[in-house]
Amino acid sequence: MTSTNQTLNPAGGVPASPAGLRPAGRTSNRAAETRRKWYEIIGLTTPAIVVYVMFVLVPMGFAFYYSLFRWRGVGPPTEYIGFDNYVMAFQDPIFLDALRNNAIIVFGSLAIQGPIALGVALLLNRNFRGRTVFRLLAFVPYVLAEVTVGIMWKLILTDGGTFDALLRSIGLGGLVQPWLADLDLVIWTLLFVLTWKYVGFAIILLLAGLSNVPQELNEAAAIDGASWWQIQRHVTLPLLGPTIRIWMFLSMIGSLQVFDVIWVTSVPAVRSLGASATMATYMVDNGFFARLWGYGNAVAVILFAISFVAALLFQRFLLRRDIEGAITRRANRP
Amino acid sequence: MTANTVLSPSAKRRPVSWGNPLTYALALAVAAVSITPVVYVIIGGFRTTPQIVANPAGLPDPWVVDNYVRVLTQSDFWRQAFNSAVVSLGTTLGVVALGVCAAFVLARYTFRGREVLYTFFTLGLLFPAGAAILPLYLMLRDLNLINSYYAVILPQVAFSLPLTIVILRPFLSAIPRELEDAAAIDGTGRLGFLWRIMLPLSRPALVTVGILAFVTSWNAFLLPLLVLGDASLHTLPLGVQNFSSQYTSDTAGILAFTSLAMLPALLFFTFAEKQIVGGLQGAVKG
Repeated sequence: MTSTNQTLNPAGGVPASPAGLRPAGRTSNRAAETRRKWYEIIGLTTPAIVVYVMFVLVPMGFAFYYSLFRWRGVGPPTEYIGFDNYVMAFQDPIFLDALRNNAIIVFGSLAIQGPIALGVALLLNRNFRGRTVFRLLAFVPYVLAEVTVGIMWKLILTDGGTFDALLRSIGLGGLVQPWLADLDLVIWTLLFVLTWKYVGFAIILLLAGLSNVPQELNEAAAIDGASWWQIQRHVTLPLLGPTIRIWMFLSMIGSLQVFDVIWVTSVPAVRSLGASATMATYMVDNGFFARLWGYGNAVAVILFAISFVAALLFQRFLLRRDIEGAITRRANRP
Repeated sequence: MTANTVLSPSAKRRPVSWGNPLTYALALAVAAVSITPVVYVIIGGFRTTPQIVANPAGLPDPWVVDNYVRVLTQSDFWRQAFNSAVVSLGTTLGVVALGVCAAFVLARYTFRGREVLYTFFTLGLLFPAGAAILPLYLMLRDLNLINSYYAVILPQVAFSLPLTIVILRPFLSAIPRELEDAAAIDGTGRLGFLWRIMLPLSRPALVTVGILAFVTSWNAFLLPLLVLGDASLHTLPLGVQNFSSQYTSDTAGILAFTSLAMLPALLFFTFAEKQIVGGLQGAVKG
C-alpha cells in the first residue's frame, strides 16, 4: 500500500500522517468524523463561494437596484424613478439598433461559423503529415487579443487601406467600399471580423469532441463499405451533437455581450449613430463615459435578462430535441 | 483515391502518412485565411509610414527595424507587459487554487446539498461578465480597489471559477476510489490525499484551466479599461489601444506595437496547444 502511495507521489517521500488526523479512525468516533468532514467542506469551498458571490452575483443585484434611479454616480442614489430607465432604453432608436446588431451577430455567428468550423475540424481531424502545424495556424486568430484583432482589421479595412489597395491592384477597384464608415455596411464588416476571430474557438471545441469519437465506430463503418463522407455524416456528426450544442451555447452568450472587437474596430462616430453599436458598447458609452449610471445599469439588467432567457430557452429547446432525437433516430435505423 | 479516403479516418494506429493533395490544398487555404492578416501586421512593422501610405499592400523596401526598436526602447511597452504578467499570473493562481479546492469537495465528498452547490456555481456560466461590468466598477470603487491589480484579478478569478469547476470536477471524480482508500489506510486524511495524490495526478487538467484563465486574462480589455484609469497600471491591450489612438498617423509604429503585443500570447499558446485540446476533451463529453 505504502509503495503505491509513494510511486504516485514523487515529491512527498514517505507519507506521514498529518498532525491531528487519526489513522483509520472509522469506528472510533462517528460524530467527530462527520464534524471534521464538514469543517473540510466548508474550509475548502468558502473562499471560492465568497469570491464568486461577491464579484459575480452581488453586482447583478446592485445593477437592478441602481437601475431604478436617475443617478450620476456621485453619492448614494436618491432620485427614484421606477422603471423609467427601462422605458427610455426601449424608446431609444440607438438602443433598438444595438439590439438588432446583437441579433445579427448571434445568428450570423451561428450560421457562418458552425459550418466553417465543422468543415475545418473534420479536415484537421484527418491523419496527415503536418496536421499539428495546420491546427496551430487555424487557432491563431482565436488566441490573439480582441484589441489586437480590432486594430489589425481597422488598419486593413480603413478607407484607402490595404484591402482597398489589394482590390484595386487586382482590377476590382469597383468593389471598394467604406467598409467601416458606411452605416448599412459596417455591422456586416464587423460580423466578418468576429467570424474570423472566433471560428477558431469552434474548431478547438469540435476537435476536442472529435477525438472522443471512438475509432472503432469509424472502422466498423468503413468495413461495412461506408465512404468517408458517409462516415462523417452518419457516425461522426451525430456523436458530435453535445459538443456542437456546447459551442452554440457559448457562442450565443458571447455574441450577446460582445464588446471588445466592436469597440476597437468601429469608429466612435459610427457607433454613436447606432450603426455599429451593441448592447454592451451602448451600456458602457452611456453608463461609464456619459456618467448616466442609473440608465447604464438598466441596460446591464436588460442585457443580462436577454442572455439569461436565451440560455434557458436554449437548454430547454435543445434538451428536448436531444431526447427526441435519440429515440427517433434509433427507431428509424434499419 | 476512394480507398485512401475510406481508410484515412481509421489510420490512427498506422504511421502518419502524407494525405491526399486535396487535403493539403484545403488545409493551406485555412492557414492562409488565418495568418495572412497577422503576417501583414508583422511585416508592416518593418516598413515606414510613408512606404505604407504610398503602397498599403506592398512589401518592405527597404526593411527597417526602426519601429520595433522604437517600441522596445521608448514606449511604455515593458511596463505594460509587466502589468499584464502580474495580473494574468495572479488571476491564474487564484482561479486554480480556489477552483481546485471547490472542485475537490464537489467531486470527492458526499454531503447533503452537493448538487445544489454545483448548480450554484454552474449558474455563473449564464452571467455574462460584460453585463456586470458597470455595477462591478461601482462596487470596486466603493471598496477603494480602483487603480490596483486586485480590481482586475478578483473579478477575473470570480468569473473564471464556473468554467474551471465544470472542467475540473469530472476529472477529479474519475480518479479511482481505491487510491483514496489506500491513502486512508496509510493514515493520510482527505486533505493529505488532495495535496499528495490528487494534485500531482490532475496536473493535465490543472494546466488546461490555468492556460485558459491566463490567456483570457492576458487578452482582457473591458475590465481593465474601466478600472485601471492610472496609465502606469495599464496592461498591454490598453497600451495597444491607447498607442493606436494617440499616434494615428504613425501606422508603422502601430503595426510594430501590435505585433510585439501579440507575440507572448502566440508563443504561449504554441507551447500549450496540446494541453488545451486534450484538457477540453473531458469537458465536452456532454
